[in-house]
Amino acid sequence: MTSMQFGLFTVGDVTPDPTNGTTPTEHERIKNTITIAKKAEEIGLDVFATGEHHNPPFVPSSPTTTLAYIAAQTEKLILSTSTTLITTNDPVKIAEDYATLQHLSDGRMDLMLGRGNTAPVYPWFGYDGAKAVELTVEHYHLLRRLWDEDVVTWEGKFRTPLQGFTATPRPLDGVAPFVWHANIRTPEVAELAAYYGDGFFANNIFWPKEHYIRLINFYRQRYAHYGHGTEEQAIVGLGGQFYIRKNSQDAVREFRPYFDNAPVYGHGPSLESFSTQTPLTVGSPQHFVEKTLAFADYFGDYQRQLFLVDHAGLPLKLVLEQLDELGEVLPTLRAEFDARRPATVPDAPTHAARVAAKVAAASTPAEPVGVDA
Amino acid sequence: MSHVVAISGGLSDPSSTRMLADRLVESIGRQSGDVTVETVSLRELAHDITDAMLTGFAPPRLQAVIDHVVAADALVVVVPIFKASYPGLFKSFIDVLDADALTGKPVLLAASGGTARHSLAIDHTLRPLFAYLQALVVPTGVFASSYDWGTEGSGALGARVDRAAGELVSLLKGAGTGRGRDEEFDLFSETFLKASDPDA
Repeated sequence: MTSMQFGLFTVGDVTPDPTNGTTPTEHERIKNTITIAKKAEEIGLDVFATGEHHNPPFVPSSPTTTLAYIAAQTEKLILSTSTTLITTNDPVKIAEDYATLQHLSDGRMDLMLGRGNTAPVYPWFGYDGAKAVELTVEHYHLLRRLWDEDVVTWEGKFRTPLQGFTATPRPLDGVAPFVWHANIRTPEVAELAAYYGDGFFANNIFWPKEHYIRLINFYRQRYAHYGHGTEEQAIVGLGGQFYIRKNSQDAVREFRPYFDNAPVYGHGPSLESFSTQTPLTVGSPQHFVEKTLAFADYFGDYQRQLFLVDHAGLPLKLVLEQLDELGEVLPTLRAEFDARRPATVPDAPTHAARVAAKVAAASTPAEPVGVDA
Repeated sequence: MSHVVAISGGLSDPSSTRMLADRLVESIGRQSGDVTVETVSLRELAHDITDAMLTGFAPPRLQAVIDHVVAADALVVVVPIFKASYPGLFKSFIDVLDADALTGKPVLLAASGGTARHSLAIDHTLRPLFAYLQALVVPTGVFASSYDWGTEGSGALGARVDRAAGELVSLLKGAGTGRGRDEEFDLFSETFLKASDPDA
């Protein structure tokens, strides 16, 4: 495994192709997601992450089902989420679903927690959207205990109390799945990630970098505050989005109708001004490499870079072509990032490395060996 | 030296809203030798404001204006009254500001309209908006209709302009409200403490 991980993240939206008005069926969209994930492994990516939503126009309501299906058809790919809803899911079910996925995938998984919901979603699961941050904090503290302690007795505000409860299966090799916390605006979530020494992920696709720099710097400071390492050793992941062609004019011409009608930023700023202000790269592979490398200048050296490719109604054919383009520049990206990273910056987390660290910690004496022989 | 930003929400050019803003700016300058003033016209930022509504972030030119507004020691806000209230463009500009952008800021409110029937719109629409924003609004609002720009009304308008400008200048000479934006995260909020300590 390389020191930095590259991969894809998908929202799982069913969006009409604005160039011809066709919309994939839910069945097609779900199957396309599998095709894209397998392609990710084929071009040498490390990670595939799926979103979780419970309302149209999104299809991925059952992430661990989808990820287990992908795990069975891949060899190296790490399966993850973007994001798992810590607010509206029962922490007990998260603990059990993802521990099961961990066993099935032989540790090739982690997960990214997020709030990720619009207000109407919360009541469907019996919660109040105004309590989103409180739900996140309470649910995550419980999830940690369900993985880290074999028998849990717990009482909180939002969930039925637990008496002598054991979440099954227990985590693979006694090491819980690595957790990333996705965050775009809430310092409490950065605090939670820092408290536990978890990873922190900024989706980095909607807004100018200054917005994310502030939160990531805060997470790094708090990570160091809690004694997990130095600020530069905090575990950071970033999103990004691109559309690349050898000839940059082709990239702009092909992507513009998708940009202009995209659900998030469509009908607003021009492709040119949005690309200038946000990490979106539409142009040549060289331009893409330069802009992506600059992320480390803004946010510090980091561990995981995920790209959003299958969005805005792009048909499967174009998505797969974009992944071929990405595959061609991936070795350059890896080499350039590795060349600039100081040795003191930790590698991206993997299950194998975390098991090794646990074994090493267990074999280290708690106190220095005495010399009073 | 204090710095005042005047925001003109007029959509036509030339506009009577802008004329009213210029009158207020002139009066502030005349009553205080210690003030610099710049005037911003929202018409020129209309596309940027719409983009910011859709994306959640401001294009560079609009961001520069927002930065000036937030940094100003005081604001002069002048809008035309459309359909019983301020224009949607002006509200959109306010909507793209951070929630605490105008906290504690001294503000002079003024409006222009076709007839005097609109004159209470300052008190019924602008004042509640700026109360929500926790700005410090001077007591005198300045409304100008066509009548006020004519021979009969102009003397009274001039007196109201000077009175409102005088109130703003007086506020600027004091210590203001002592309140402003808070850039720091609140590490002692209830949710923060719970994030930092599961047993708390």
